[in-house]
Amino acid sequence: MKIPEQVKRLLVVNAVLVGTALAIRFYVIPKDLVSTEVHRSTTVERELAKPVKFAGSETCVVCHEDEGTTKGKSFHRSLSCEGCHGPASGHAADPGAIKPPAPRDRKFCPVCHAYDASRPTGFPQINPTAHNPLKACIECHNPHDPSPPETPRACSACHAQIERTKAVSSHALLDCTTCHVTPELHKTSPRTALPSKPQSREFCATCHGNDSKQKDPPKVDITTHGTPYLCWQCHYPHLPEGR
Amino acid sequence: MNKREFLKSMQGLILFFPAAGVLGALGVDVQAQEAAPAPPGTPDYNPQDHLYGMGIEIDKCIGCNRCVEACKAENDVPQDDFHYRTWVERYVIKKDGEVTVTNISRHSEAAREALPEDADVLRTFFVPKLCNQCVNPPCVQVCPVGATFSTEDGVVLVDANRCIGCSYCIQACPYGARYMNPKTHTADKCTFCYHRVRQGLLPACVEVCPTQARVFGDLRSKASRLVRFARMNKIHVLKPALNTEPKVYYAQLDGEVR
Amino acid sequence: MTPEATAHLSELLAQVTGFIYPNEIEIHWSILIVVYPYITGLVAGAFILASLENVFNVEEVRPTYRLALLTAFSFMMVAPLPLLLHLGHPERFYEILLAPNLTSAMAMFGFVYGWYLVGVLLLEVWFEYRRDLILLSRRAPVPMRWFYRAASLFSTDISAAALAFDQKAIRIITIVGIPSAFLLHGYVGFIFGSVKANPWWSSVLIPIVFLMSAIVSGIALVIFLYMILAALRKEQVDMKCLDTITSYLFYAVIVDFTLEALDFTHRLYESEESVRILGSLIRQKLFLSLIVLQILLGMLVPLGLLIVAKWQKLSEDGRKLLYFTAVILIQVGIFSTRWNIVIGGQLFSKSFRGLMEYKMAIMGLEGFLTALLLLVLPFVVLAVLIKLLPTKPLMDEAHTPA
Repeated sequence: MKIPEQVKRLLVVNAVLVGTALAIRFYVIPKDLVSTEVHRSTTVERELAKPVKFAGSETCVVCHEDEGTTKGKSFHRSLSCEGCHGPASGHAADPGAIKPPAPRDRKFCPVCHAYDASRPTGFPQINPTAHNPLKACIECHNPHDPSPPETPRACSACHAQIERTKAVSSHALLDCTTCHVTPELHKTSPRTALPSKPQSREFCATCHGNDSKQKDPPKVDITTHGTPYLCWQCHYPHLPEGR
Repeated sequence: MNKREFLKSMQGLILFFPAAGVLGALGVDVQAQEAAPAPPGTPDYNPQDHLYGMGIEIDKCIGCNRCVEACKAENDVPQDDFHYRTWVERYVIKKDGEVTVTNISRHSEAAREALPEDADVLRTFFVPKLCNQCVNPPCVQVCPVGATFSTEDGVVLVDANRCIGCSYCIQACPYGARYMNPKTHTADKCTFCYHRVRQGLLPACVEVCPTQARVFGDLRSKASRLVRFARMNKIHVLKPALNTEPKVYYAQLDGEVR
Repeated sequence: MTPEATAHLSELLAQVTGFIYPNEIEIHWSILIVVYPYITGLVAGAFILASLENVFNVEEVRPTYRLALLTAFSFMMVAPLPLLLHLGHPERFYEILLAPNLTSAMAMFGFVYGWYLVGVLLLEVWFEYRRDLILLSRRAPVPMRWFYRAASLFSTDISAAALAFDQKAIRIITIVGIPSAFLLHGYVGFIFGSVKANPWWSSVLIPIVFLMSAIVSGIALVIFLYMILAALRKEQVDMKCLDTITSYLFYAVIVDFTLEALDFTHRLYESEESVRILGSLIRQKLFLSLIVLQILLGMLVPLGLLIVAKWQKLSEDGRKLLYFTAVILIQVGIFSTRWNIVIGGQLFSKSFRGLMEYKMAIMGLEGFLTALLLLVLPFVVLAVLIKLLPTKPLMDEAHTPA
C-alpha cells in the first residue's frame, strides 16, 4: 500500500518532535536530576544536617551533675532539663557565651500545675489564685526537688476548685471531712492514700432523711424520693442545688 | 536464610500486606536477637534494621503545650496559629453527649485557659496530635513528583527542593498533619525530628514531655520503650478504617477522637 | 509569612465554626482550581459534540463541527494555566513530566494532557483543515501565505483520494478521541474522587459525574458560540442543527442530574460518619451555590426551558431565546458544580467537627481577576483561531474566500 503524502509529512514532524523530547529526557538532562534515589538520599542528608536545638538531658548532666542527681530522685525525675530551661544546644556548645533562661515567676509552674479539669486525676494541681498568692513558686519549692516544704493544712491547697464551688453552695459550712474520711498520709502522698467517698443513700439521709435529728437541712422521705438512684446521680454534692 | 534475606522478605511483606508491618517487625526482633543492629548515630547504621513509631498515653497528657513549643523551636515551624507539626486538642464531653474540641496550642489566652470543674461534664481529656507516619501514607501515594516519600526506617519526609507546591498531599492527609510552609512554598510536616533520631536523640516533643505521655522508639528493637508500651497497653490508631496504618499508637484513646 | 497573609488567616480563623485541625485554616485549592476542571470539562464536552458528526454520522450537527473542534482546541491550550499558576513552585512544573510518581493520579496530567492535545485534537484539526490550509496558502497574501504553508507542513496533495484519506483519518482519530476525552475529564474527576480522606470527594461516581457535566457544559458552550457567531456574521442559524444539538443537551442534562441525584441520595441513605458535617456544609456554606445556582438555576430551570421549547411548538425566535437562556444558565450551573466540589470539599474539617471559610481574593495570582482572565483567554484564542481557520469549508479554487 502506498503511504499518502500527508502521512509521510506528519510522520517526519512527529519523529523529529518525539526524538528531540526523548533525546533531551535521556541524554541532555543529567541523570541526577531525574533519579529518585539521588533525590531521596540528598533529602535525607539535608534533613540530617539540620541543627539540633534541644541537646537532651544526658548532655546537661555531664556538667550539671548535682542538679541531675537531685532531680533524679524527685517528683520531677522524668522531666527534661530543657522542658523548663528551653533549648540549650547553644549553651552546651559554648557554656560561657549562652545562658539558658531559668523561669522564676509565678506564671511558669502553673503551665503544668494549675488546676484543669481535663488533666488526669491525681496529677498534682493547685489553684494559682488561692495557693499562696504573690509568692514565687521557687520560694517554697525547689524546682529540682519540688516536694512541698510543709504538709498542706487545708484541702483547698490542692482542691481549690471544689472548695470554691462548695463555698457558694448550701454545703458551704460543711467541712470536707464531714463526708470524706481522709487518712493523714493523703496529705503527703496523695495518690497512695485516697480519701473515702460516701457509698449509700443512707449517708445523705443522716442529714436529709425525715427522721434526721438535724433541724436545718431540707428533708425528704428516702424510701420514695428518687429511688432507686443514688443521691449524687442527681445532686452534685459540692453544689447540691444545681439539679 | 540469613538475617539480611529474612529482613528483605519481611520488607516485601510490609509492602504488600501492610497490616503485617508491625507484627512483622516484632517477628524480626525474635529472629535477629543474636546480633543487635547498629543503633542510630553509629557509622554502621542501616535504616532497614529500624522502624520508628510513637506511642501516646492519653491519660498522662496534662495539656501543657511543652511539646508544641519545643517542636516549633526545634524545627523552625512558623510561630503563628496556622502552622503546626504537632498540636494538642482538648475534648470535653458533656452528659447530653455534646462534644466540644478545642486546639489548646493556639497562642490566645482563651485557648490556653484552664477548664473549670463543671457538673455537666461527663469526661474531658487532652489528645496530642502529629503526623502519623503511616505505613500506607496517602500523601506519598498522591504526590505527583515523588517529592514526599517514606524512608526505610519509616519516616515520611518532604524533599523541599523537588516539591512543586501543588497541595495534593495536604488534601490527601486525613489527619490535617501537613501545611504549606510560608517561607519555602513547599509542603511541610512532622519528621519525627529525623535529624535528632538519627543521632540517637529523642524527638523534641518526646524529650520535653514532662509526664512521658509520648513514647518514642524502634518497632524492630525488642528493648525499645515503644514495643514495651505496645505490650503494656491496649492501643488504637486514628481513623483505622482508612487503612493508612499509622505508626503513632494511642493508649486509652476515646472513641470521640477523630 | 507576610503581615497581609497573617491578617487574612486570622480573619478566617475568626469565622471558623466548631473544631478544625489547626493546619486546615488555609484553603489550598482556590478559585483557579475551580476554573481548571471547568475548562477541561468544556474541552471534553465540545470534542464529544464534534465527534457525533464523525462517528455517529449525525449530519444535522455538521454546521457546528469545526466550531466545536476549534473550541475544544482553544480551551485545551488554556487548560493547564490555572494549574500552573496555583503551584507554590510553577518553575518546577517540568518535574511532573521528567520524574512522575506512578502512583499519583495527578502525575498522569502531563501525559493525558499531552496525548489529548497533540495525539487527538491537533491531529484532527490538521486533517480537517489540510485541504483548506493548502487552498489558503495559494490565495493568502505573503506573510500569511508562509504561515499556511508551514501549517500544512508543505503538503500539496488535494486529490480526491488524498481528501478521502483525510476523512478516514479523522474518523479513526475520533474513535480514539472519544475514550481519550472520557479519560481526560474522567481523570480530572478521579483526582478528586480518589481522595479517601475527604468524604465530599471520595466517591466512585465523581469521575462519571464530571464526565457527564463536562458533556453538558461543552455542548452548551458550542451552542452559545454558534448562536453568537451567527448573530455577529448576520447569518441564519440552522434551526435543524440547533434543535438536534439542544436535544442532545437535554438528554445529557437528564443523565447528569440523575447521576448527581443518585450520588446525593446514596450518601444520605448510607448516612455514614460524615453525613452530619456534610449536611451542615450544604446548609451553611453551599446553600446558594449548590441548591440555588447548581440545582435550581443550573439544571431544573434549563430543563424546563428546553421542555417548553421542544413541546410547545414555539416559533423559531421563541425557541432561540429559550435555548440561549438555557445554555447560559447551564454554564452558570456547571461552574457552580465545579465550585461546590473543589471549594466545598475544603470547607469542612476532616475531623468532621467544624466548617472553614473561603474568602476569594480579588487581586493577586490566585484571585478573582486572574480567574476571570483565564476564563476570557480561551475566547481570545478561539477568536484568533477562527480568523486563521475558517469555520466553514472553503469553496473551490474559482471562488474567493469570504
